[in-house]
Amino acid sequence: MALVEIRDVHKSFQRDAQRIEVFTGLTLDIEAGSFTALMGPSGSGKSTLLNLLAGLDKPTSGVVRVGGAEVSAMRPAQLAAWRARHVGFVFQSFNLLPVLTAYQNVELPLLLTNLSKKERDERVRIALGVVGLDDRLDHYPRQLSGGQEQRVAIARAIVADPTLILLDEPTGQLDAKSSQEVLTLLQRLNAEFNKTIVVVTHDAHAAQRAKSVLHLEKGDLIEKAAVS
Amino acid sequence: MKFLPLVLANLGRHKRRTLLTIASVALALFLFASLRTVVTTLAATAQFGGARRLVATNATGIVFPLPLAYANRLKAVPGVEAVSWANWFGGRYGDGKRFFANFAVDAESYLAMYPEIVMPPDQREAFLHDKSSALIGKRLLTQFGWHLGQNVTLQGTIFPGDWTFTVRAVYTPTDPVIGDDVLIFHHALFDERIGRAGIAGWYIVQIDHPDHAAGIAKAIDDMFRNSSAPTKTGTEREFQASFATMWGNVSLLMGTIGLAVVFAILLVTANAMMMSARERTGEVAVLKTIGFSDRTLFTLVMLEAGVVALTGAAIGLGSAKLLYRATNFNGLGFLPGFDVAPATLLLGAGVALALMIASGVVPAVRAARLPVVQALRHVE
Repeated sequence: MALVEIRDVHKSFQRDAQRIEVFTGLTLDIEAGSFTALMGPSGSGKSTLLNLLAGLDKPTSGVVRVGGAEVSAMRPAQLAAWRARHVGFVFQSFNLLPVLTAYQNVELPLLLTNLSKKERDERVRIALGVVGLDDRLDHYPRQLSGGQEQRVAIARAIVADPTLILLDEPTGQLDAKSSQEVLTLLQRLNAEFNKTIVVVTHDAHAAQRAKSVLHLEKGDLIEKAAVS
Repeated sequence: MKFLPLVLANLGRHKRRTLLTIASVALALFLFASLRTVVTTLAATAQFGGARRLVATNATGIVFPLPLAYANRLKAVPGVEAVSWANWFGGRYGDGKRFFANFAVDAESYLAMYPEIVMPPDQREAFLHDKSSALIGKRLLTQFGWHLGQNVTLQGTIFPGDWTFTVRAVYTPTDPVIGDDVLIFHHALFDERIGRAGIAGWYIVQIDHPDHAAGIAKAIDDMFRNSSAPTKTGTEREFQASFATMWGNVSLLMGTIGLAVVFAILLVTANAMMMSARERTGEVAVLKTIGFSDRTLFTLVMLEAGVVALTGAAIGLGSAKLLYRATNFNGLGFLPGFDVAPATLLLGAGVALALMIASGVVPAVRAARLPVVQALRHVE
């Protein structure tokens, strides 16, 4: 069953006098419980697609539906609430808040819920335990390595138990060892917790860890391959 | 409340800048409270005055004396129950730089006319029976460490020479406008020392009924109209108000300076808030990605502005209230009863609230309206 349904999506940007067409009728399904790598050269529309899936951007026309909800038709306030509940987002440069500890960073999405302090505390500890950082609760981002920061960012993305986890070049700033740790963690989240994961990457090794790979070229889906 | 750690963490990002901004707000509201209290104290002074007391001064100006011989003629005016007189002395104490209000009065009639000046009966008797004695406000006792029976020497400025008085009584005013740092001595001694000049600075006339004030004042002024020292008589409140009027432009100036200071600090605070918000454009985008709504982000930035403005206000207004009370400040005797009024504190809190809104609203709106995709592109 498709968790994500993208139907005839057009997306264009106006840059000065020039109109840039990113997608011209993109149609795509992403199954629930899948682990999909999104590859393609710069400017192919990978990040734009991720933004559309997260409801951070709207298509010029067409429909983006996630878990039955038509994301492309939601108003900003609805989108924010929907995102808080259904999407976990991980950035290339981690984007942890430097003034908050690992614990506080992971707790951020839960501040938008009605959970009690005790419930929030339990969830934060579990999320940091899943990424193997339950001994770094009180560390600030500057006290963590790049790999650890990214794992905290992943804990932040999963703490609210979202429907969909989106990652934009999650290993782009990590060394080989940290990259492997993060990718192993993503595989585990997919396999053990049945999380639907979409990861944008340039790294072929990273893409190999996914169950399927989508190739985008100038906004067109040119290949959908299952990883053996 | 659950967002408070986030708000405090953001404020702690640049501790020095936050502390300086809070200090600016605190200083602004301290000045605001101080300047406003000058205005309210002057206004209260202008409202002081017994309903049955008239004051007669020389029509040419208060610095010109009236003949002491007027006293008996004033007593004879229908409706007049009692007459007293006083003379500004203007002496200085110690090294000549310590100043407090001091004047000579016809002691018995003066104290009878001013029930607001309260002292123990035995001290009152001691003062009345010793022509070289002085009656002092309780503040002078603590300020200079004086005690009953002590000799105190003032250096005359208008009336030269060393003037020594024995402290025989200490009063406590029931109305703060009277002031508790005044030295009062006997007009008889004053008259004697300056060579039986027979002058009075002003007369205080007690009348039978407040409704008769205008008629009696007119009768007095008519009586002396063609003399060498014509009088100008009015109620004591008008007399006090005439002093306040002299301060009138000062009050306006104080108010204007107060507003200017607050406005300047508003700009400083708004600038600090905007700098802080601009530096965090990327973080705001990240929070939006996590699911923070525009409204939540608006509220968070406003809360930051609120913490800065209200903490500064609490420090500034609180220290003004406590400091002036603890030091018994009275502006060298010119601002008796100087105390930051609850209304001023409320007004200050209102100013802080306005400061919070004015300084926070622009960065808050910017944060709420931030286009997240463009901001993320900037971050990434």
